[in-house]
Amino acid sequence: MSLARKSLGSRLDWTTFFLYIFIVLIGVMAVYTSEYSSFSDPFFDASKSHMKQLTWLGISLFLGMIIVFTDSKFFYAVSYFSYLLGIILLLLTFVFASEVKGSHSFIKFGSFTFQPGEICKIFTALALSRFLSAGDTKFDTLKDRIIAAALVLLPCMLIILQNETGLALVYFAFFLPMYREGLPNIILVLAFSMVGLVLGTLLIEQLPLFIIITVVFILVGLLYRRTIIRQRIVLIFVIGGWLFSVLFSNVLVPYVFTKVMQPYQVERIYSMLGQDVPQEFQRPGRKAKKDADYNVRQSKIAIGSGGFIGKGILNGTQTKYSYVPEQHTDFIFCGIGEQFGFVGSAVLVLLYLALMMRIIHLAERQRSGFSRIYAYCVASVLFFHFAINLSMTMGLAPVIGITLPMLSYGGTSLLSFSIFIFILLRLDADRHVLLR
Amino acid sequence: MAENTNIHPRSILVRALFVVMALVIIVRLFTLQIMDDKYKILADDQAIYKKIVYPARGEMLDRKGRNLLINDIAYDLQVTPNKLKDLDTALFCRVMNMTRDDFLKSIAKIIKKNGDRRPSVFIASLSPEQNTRIQENLYLFNGFEIIQRTQRRYPMGIGGHIFGYVNEISPARLEMERYASYRQGDYVGINGLEGVYEEVLRGQRGIEYWVRDVYNRPQDPYKNGQLDTPAIAGKTLELYLDAELQAYGEKLMQGKIGSVVAIDPQTGGILTMVSSPSYDPNLLTGAELSRNYSKLYQEYTRPLFNKATQATYPPGSTFKPITGLVALDLGVITPAFGLGCAGGYYQCGKRIGCTHSNPGHAANMRVALANSCNSYFCHLQRLIVDSKQFGNVKNGLQHWHDYMNNFGFGVTLGIDITGEYPGVIPDSVFFNKLYNNHWNSCQLTYMGMGQGEVTVTPIQMANAMCMIANRGYYYIPHFVKSIGGDKNHGMLKKYNQRIDALTHVSKEAYDAIINGMVDVTVSGTGRVAKLDGFNVASKTGTAENYASIHGQRVKLDNHSVFVCFAPADDPKIAIAVIVQNSGYGATWAGPVASLLMEKYLTDTVKRKPLEDRMVNGNTIKKYIYTIDSLNRVRDRIRDLLRTADQRTRDSMRRVQDTVIVERILNKYYHLDTRKKYYDLKRPEYLD
Repeated sequence: MSLARKSLGSRLDWTTFFLYIFIVLIGVMAVYTSEYSSFSDPFFDASKSHMKQLTWLGISLFLGMIIVFTDSKFFYAVSYFSYLLGIILLLLTFVFASEVKGSHSFIKFGSFTFQPGEICKIFTALALSRFLSAGDTKFDTLKDRIIAAALVLLPCMLIILQNETGLALVYFAFFLPMYREGLPNIILVLAFSMVGLVLGTLLIEQLPLFIIITVVFILVGLLYRRTIIRQRIVLIFVIGGWLFSVLFSNVLVPYVFTKVMQPYQVERIYSMLGQDVPQEFQRPGRKAKKDADYNVRQSKIAIGSGGFIGKGILNGTQTKYSYVPEQHTDFIFCGIGEQFGFVGSAVLVLLYLALMMRIIHLAERQRSGFSRIYAYCVASVLFFHFAINLSMTMGLAPVIGITLPMLSYGGTSLLSFSIFIFILLRLDADRHVLLR
Repeated sequence: MAENTNIHPRSILVRALFVVMALVIIVRLFTLQIMDDKYKILADDQAIYKKIVYPARGEMLDRKGRNLLINDIAYDLQVTPNKLKDLDTALFCRVMNMTRDDFLKSIAKIIKKNGDRRPSVFIASLSPEQNTRIQENLYLFNGFEIIQRTQRRYPMGIGGHIFGYVNEISPARLEMERYASYRQGDYVGINGLEGVYEEVLRGQRGIEYWVRDVYNRPQDPYKNGQLDTPAIAGKTLELYLDAELQAYGEKLMQGKIGSVVAIDPQTGGILTMVSSPSYDPNLLTGAELSRNYSKLYQEYTRPLFNKATQATYPPGSTFKPITGLVALDLGVITPAFGLGCAGGYYQCGKRIGCTHSNPGHAANMRVALANSCNSYFCHLQRLIVDSKQFGNVKNGLQHWHDYMNNFGFGVTLGIDITGEYPGVIPDSVFFNKLYNNHWNSCQLTYMGMGQGEVTVTPIQMANAMCMIANRGYYYIPHFVKSIGGDKNHGMLKKYNQRIDALTHVSKEAYDAIINGMVDVTVSGTGRVAKLDGFNVASKTGTAENYASIHGQRVKLDNHSVFVCFAPADDPKIAIAVIVQNSGYGATWAGPVASLLMEKYLTDTVKRKPLEDRMVNGNTIKKYIYTIDSLNRVRDRIRDLLRTADQRTRDSMRRVQDTVIVERILNKYYHLDTRKKYYDLKRPEYLD
């Protein structure tokens, strides 16, 4: 094999690496502009966020180097162990959590805080890859499918209990690799439909939701009309599904929310989604509704005012004068949209798309299943973050606090994505090896 | 090795998912950033802050270039009620040290007065302590703004009546055409020079565009200030007023009711105008303005009433030179005309008393003036109106009336502060009405000696002295010499024109009158006005006056009146002084005029004992208070009667206003309109 004889450096996929570095550096600039207030501020000020972010990039690259020089078999070997470690960390979080902005998902070592939930994504990806690629796993059996789903949902549940719904939702990204490995369409469709139904019930008003559900089921009915003509039982499934959805969203949830649960519990559910309790579920005497969509409105104003080519670097009035809350973390994209306009934003979107497509390309050239599934995990997690973060900054999705990968300010987030990608690069460098 | 070249179908689906999502995001970006202009406008609305820069108001200098007033910087707290939605009322009240009730009442008052959209002054002239407290916390209180403006300060505390004052523009003024360019919350000059010269004093507002942050704090000039308009400061007024003389006049007049007007006859420039009791103009600046104003308004001596231009008095004997001059000009007498007076005038049946009874005290015009013989001038008045050339007495009176108007009596002069009264110079219509068409010259005799129906204002008397001193011409009395250094400014045009009202009168006539007035000082009733080295022409007056109390005509103490000018041959100053209800002209008004003249002409006052007597003298009679109270009651009743049916309409409007205010309060504070707003609990979300 010619590939095996090549040096490690030439086997690494430098395209992925440069896309990664490029996006991180854009992020450092975006963080700098979101904090910038006047010319007199020195760039090299260690207390500034962009300098911290640069430090984190240094740490990430150092760790990346270690990862690249590690034997790829190591990752295969430690995958289950690391998963166990991740779960233990998550459990420890309940004991040692220090509160950061109302969330109990951070552990503090001196001045250094980190979020086990972020790191655990990597461990879950490794464990899932190992399980699905294992020789004795029959992914077409129900038992193995349940085990795979449990692997993903266990950390997910623990994180939900830590009040970090956004982060937990990211774990649903792992169903995408499972789909690639043969999960039947119908399960994926059902799972996503259920998630959609729950979110829809919470976020959409009852009448429009009823109309949406009805329209969806009529479309499904029309799509499968031939099957329905042949097998009447399918019609019963469709009607039953419609009935269930309507009852669930328009009767069951309102009943439980207004009659069974305590008002504070309802508020907690909505606050997990970053929302206020809608009018229809409010009890008299509770706090009046606050301006919930302030963030999104400001974010849309910032992005929308960028126009075609933007206001120019450091000229964004909305981001420079802190109109957008959380603008260096979750709403980092506002700064790009305002300062660089449609052109800059679209270029960034295309950079992300290129990175994800490249990773899928890498995945499909692996010899071992472990590497392929891991690559899919990386692409899926990236995709999930990318799609939800941009949708929420532009008012297409509810604000659930998901970072923009490698762009948002935040050490753990950058570090975890870096490790994700460097492990992938390492595995890809050994794509000729069959990992057992 | 052979890379996996056959592409897995589900990998294509996954890739398709990625591409579709990226496309959705790009389409969304396109609609947000390119299709929709709304966000650009919203961003500008939010971040760009238009700051009005108020110019410094024009200054005023006296004739020697001294600053009469100083512009201080004052800060007003402005509020726009409809932006208060998210206000933390409790915190605001704590910072401003006020109760919640007071806060709500003030807001309700502002909404009622100016509506809820326009910025209105919430607290005028913040104290330094208030200012620091609110400045620190301003970003917490959306809807409040601090406006910087200039506020007057008068280092000498003189000339309140002259300057007028500056206050927030009233809704009534806003509707006037003159104030079309003003906005709610602007300041405007009211009365006096501030009011008349408002257009040149105010300067031009500037506009600065600032970018502000989310806490409403201005951060940087927008586009480096390219779009800004700088403010243009108001123009400086240079006055004829002599600050020292004015201060001295106010000092001499303390403890007296009356006024002093001193004019430079050669320019018409007013050197001094005192209306006593005077007030410190500093009272009418700043936060205490309205309280001080009503306090001054309530005073029984009526300090706000400018007695120099608005009070009308019988001129008494100071009118005699005028009567004499008219008689001489008409030719009804010659300067040598004499009258045998034995202490009274009996020709019209009733006796008109004269202080002198020695023979020859009215042997000719000059002597009669020096001795101030009543009989002589009463007789002249009859000679004037009964003169053959006019045919009948009505015609005669009308001609006399024209003379008086030429002297500036019975008409407003058009000086450059507002609120001038014309006084009364009766004409035949007046007497026809008074005497039911049956009257003759005998009813007019008193007017010859400045009593009876004639009333004039102090400024008119001073102006008439200017005319005699100038032998027939005058300039309309005015304060302002130049506007921003320009002596021919449009607003000063009418003051630069010499008015030759009585220049046709012969030299002999003027000589007789002026010599007579000089004799008054040298040997007559006005000897107190003698001034070494100067030829002073003067005339004393002791004016009888009456008050109407419960419909009864009650005689009060005489007004002490004095007019003079000097030097007689080259006049530099003409003065009229009146001290109400204080006795003889030579006792109070004469010394005041003379001391002012000495001060002006020689710069120092040597007659210290006289000065002390004047400064310390108090001539305010107790009954003034009673009369003032009665007048106020009378005015009140008259007002009540006049507005009786207006009130019905007002009440209806008030009910309407209340409904509107309650509706607005309900909208922003969720207050229950069925209860009074100040009884209500705080809306929950504000806690």
